Amino acid sequence: MPHKKQDLIDQQLQDLNDDGVDRRGFLKCMAWAGTGLVWTMSGGIPVSRAFAKSNGKDAGITADFSFVQISDSHIGFNKPANPDVTATLQVAINKINAMPHKPDFIIHTGDLSQLSKPSEFDTLDQVLKGASAKQLYFVPGEHDMLSDNGEQYLERYGKGTKGTGYYSFDHKGVHFVGLVNVANLKAGGMGSLGHEQLEWFEDDLKGRSASTPIVLFAHIPLWTIYPDWGWGTDDSEQALSYVKRFGSVTVLNGHIHQIMQKIEGKVSFHTAMSTAFPQPAPGTAPSAGPMKVPADQLQKVLGITDVNYMVSGRSLAIVDSPLADSGSSASRNGGSLGELTRSFG
Amino acid sequence: MTKRNMWVLAIPVMIAVVLLFAGSSRVTASNSSNDQPSGANTAVNIDNFVFGPQTITVPVGATVTWTNKDDIPHTAVSTDGVFKSKVMDTDEKFSYTFAKPGTYSYYCSIHPKMTGKVVVQ
Repeated sequence: MPHKKQDLIDQQLQDLNDDGVDRRGFLKCMAWAGTGLVWTMSGGIPVSRAFAKSNGKDAGITADFSFVQISDSHIGFNKPANPDVTATLQVAINKINAMPHKPDFIIHTGDLSQLSKPSEFDTLDQVLKGASAKQLYFVPGEHDMLSDNGEQYLERYGKGTKGTGYYSFDHKGVHFVGLVNVANLKAGGMGSLGHEQLEWFEDDLKGRSASTPIVLFAHIPLWTIYPDWGWGTDDSEQALSYVKRFGSVTVLNGHIHQIMQKIEGKVSFHTAMSTAFPQPAPGTAPSAGPMKVPADQLQKVLGITDVNYMVSGRSLAIVDSPLADSGSSASRNGGSLGELTRSFG
Repeated sequence: MTKRNMWVLAIPVMIAVVLLFAGSSRVTASNSSNDQPSGANTAVNIDNFVFGPQTITVPVGATVTWTNKDDIPHTAVSTDGVFKSKVMDTDEKFSYTFAKPGTYSYYCSIHPKMTGKVVVQ
C-alpha cells in the first residue's frame, strides 16, 4: 500500500528530524549535522523538482559549499537496459553543469569502466572533461581493476594515492577519505579493505579533532546491505570503529545502483544511483545483474547525488536527483520508496 | 590454419560427441550421473552470478570450459593459484585441463561470493 509506505517514511523522516539521533550530542560535537541530517527526500527519490528550482532559499539549500557524487558509469557496457552509457553519463554531467550552485568538485565512487579497457577510460575522461567542476576525485570499483590489478586505474586516477588507491584530503574544514574495498577479494567474501589500508586509515584520523566532519567514500557499501549478493564490506566494522569519536560522519558508496540510506548514531550511510543502469532491490531478482527497464523509464532510475554543506546551519543536505525529471508522479518512485523503507527498517 | 591442425581440433570434438551419447545413456540407466566422472559433463555455465554446476566431477585429463552467460563480466580463479581465467565478458569462455586428481576450489575474483569446485578423479 503506497499510503502505508508513505506514512512509514514520514514517520522515519520525522524521527530523524526530531531527537532520534540525539540532537544534543550532535550540537555539542559542533557537527555539521545540526538537526540531524537534512535528507532532502520528499517522499522517495525525490526531489528533482526541488532540485530543479533550487535557486537558494526556495529549496532551503544555501550551502557553504557543495559537491556532487556520481557513480557506476560502466563506460563500455552496451546491453539492455542501456546501450549507450556514454550518453547517460553526458546527461549527468550536463545536469551538474546546469546546477544553480556550482559544486566545488565531483566524486566518482567507482566502476568508471565496464572492463578496465584503456578505450573505456579514454571515453570517460573525454566526457568528464566537459564538467564545469574541474576537480575530480575517484575510487575504483571492481570493474576498474579487472585484469591488471588496477595498474591502469592507478596510473590514470590514482596519482599520489597509497596502496591500492586510497587517500584523504581536506576541503573547507571537512576531512574526506577515499577508501578502496574492491582489491584482493577473498573467495566467499564481500568487499574488503585489508589490514594495510585499515592501519593507514586509523593513522590518517589520528590527531584530528572530533568536531571535524568526516566524509568517507568507497565503491562497495561500507555497511552490510545484502550479503548474499556481496553487498557489504567484510572489515568495514573495524574501519567504522575508527570514526566513532567524530561528531559527524557521512559514508557515500556506489556499487548497488540504487539509493539506500541508513543512520547509525552519528554515522549516516548513503548509496548513489548509477549513471549507467539500475540494479534490482536486494533479493527481488535471481541475481544482482542489470535490471531491464523500458527505454523511456531509464533516466528516471539513473542519477546523481548532490551534497550540500552548511557551516552556519551546521547541516548537510543530500539530494538524489534522477537524470530525467520524474514530474509529479509518485507511483514511479514506488520502488525506491520500498528501498528506503527497507534500508531504515 | 593447416589441415593437420584442424584434425587436431576435430578429435576432441568427436570424442566429446561420443562421450555425450555415452553420458546420456548412463543418465537413462542410473539417473544419477552427476557425481560420476564424465568426460561429457565438462561445461560450467555462469548464469545469474552462479557457477553451474557448482561442483563438477571430471576424470583426470578432462578439460573444463566455463562460459559466461551473464551481462556482467566474471572470472574463474582457483583459490590455490592453480588456474586463473582472464576476464570473461558475455558469452566468452575459458578452458583448463586438469592433469592431476584432486579437488580444486575456485571463485569469481570480481564477485567473490560466487564459488565453485572441480573434483578430478
